[in-house]
Amino acid sequence: MIPGKFEYFAPSSVKEAIGLLDRYGEDAKILAGGQSLIPAMRFRLAQPEILVDINRIEGLDYIRELDDYLAIGAMTREASLEKSALISQRYPLLADTAKVIADPLVRNMATVGGNLAHADPANDHPATMLAYDATLVAEGPDGDTIIGIDDFFLGLFETSLAKDQILKEIRLPKPGPGSGGAYLKIERKVGDYAVVGVAIQLTVENGTVTAARIGLTNVAGAPMRAKNAEAALIGNAPTGDILEKAGQAAAAECEPWSDLRGSEEYKRDMVRIVTKRAIRKAVERVGA
Amino acid sequence: MGRTVKLTVNGQEVSREVEPRLLLVHFIREDLNLTGTHIGCDTTSCGACTINMDGKAVKSCTIFAVQADGRSIETIEGMAQNGLHPLQEGFWEKHGLQCGYCTPGMIMCANAFLKENPQPTEEEIRWAISGNLCRCTGYVKIVEAIQYAANKIQAQAAQPSETKEVVA
Repeated sequence: MIPGKFEYFAPSSVKEAIGLLDRYGEDAKILAGGQSLIPAMRFRLAQPEILVDINRIEGLDYIRELDDYLAIGAMTREASLEKSALISQRYPLLADTAKVIADPLVRNMATVGGNLAHADPANDHPATMLAYDATLVAEGPDGDTIIGIDDFFLGLFETSLAKDQILKEIRLPKPGPGSGGAYLKIERKVGDYAVVGVAIQLTVENGTVTAARIGLTNVAGAPMRAKNAEAALIGNAPTGDILEKAGQAAAAECEPWSDLRGSEEYKRDMVRIVTKRAIRKAVERVGA
Repeated sequence: MGRTVKLTVNGQEVSREVEPRLLLVHFIREDLNLTGTHIGCDTTSCGACTINMDGKAVKSCTIFAVQADGRSIETIEGMAQNGLHPLQEGFWEKHGLQCGYCTPGMIMCANAFLKENPQPTEEEIRWAISGNLCRCTGYVKIVEAIQYAANKIQAQAAQPSETKEVVA
């Protein structure tokens, strides 16, 4: 399968890339890792007239823990997240996620920024970043904009990024005392999209859950938080009963559809079960 | 429309004019006539088109040839030097293939992997090749072939002067 024709630009700076986006508007598309875009172009599901390849821009590929947050460059490859000792030691939810995105070959190219900006509810990072309460930094003609993750996903393949903005950095809050997280995904085979996926980041103090955010993968038309499940957890000890309540809440508030990966009923029940398992795993990690 | 790309392929400099939409796998197979790199699925699923780009195993069906400008790529044709590469030998000795269609991709995936992890466990090998599909076997012989190669490469590193190939 051959993609449609396009004009190709490989700018060497973010400013130059923004200039191209500004000039070509809706006709232009950013090429990051390309592992979602190029397959879509081969199927002619995407036919951009202009491709702005940002792989030649230096300085967008890094993982740095600063005083207040973890900073991840938007062009950081999934494989770098997967292999980072810092991530595996201190950001277990992110480490879990990076390991189950597509397959090892795809992860050598795929980027965390692309995974988010593509805004596919079947992608894994949206749920994870919702659970982390991440902050995104985008640059446009008027400089940098800070976007809270709750304001980022507007719908299927739709974000609050303007056509001339480029996602540059993802910031995660540093893990505080009593925090833990986990990502669990049911997939038919390595490389497939999730049947369901659940991301959770929580804080437990003196046996009580004091904070929790839960993101769900591939069970709604857009990346979503399971807010009722969060509410069922917060203020309570993570007992079996509470976990069941949270699982049932998540199963009720998600909006899955029947397809090759399962019926709606099956997916809801998997959301219930995987939510419980993910909470249990996150709580176990609090002590670790 | 055309754009000139210059890259290193199996140690040799090549330069060609390409259309931006040309996929790297088509460039390798049709412009360079290196047909050892296969096309299996066309959907970024199977790994038959795996090559090494700047030392990383990637799917060449999901990269445009223009993206390889200035980079160094290695394909299955670059593996044999003074006889078979230990990975090729391993697939031969351990019967790591039946139809052979996935083999170049398996070998290129394993090649990048063994450079990062020269003494992998079976579990690690299975993880590493999880993006490469084989529809003939149960992967057992493929894993054994990669283990064979890992051991052989280790042994060669321990005795760098020994270059003579022994034919069984």
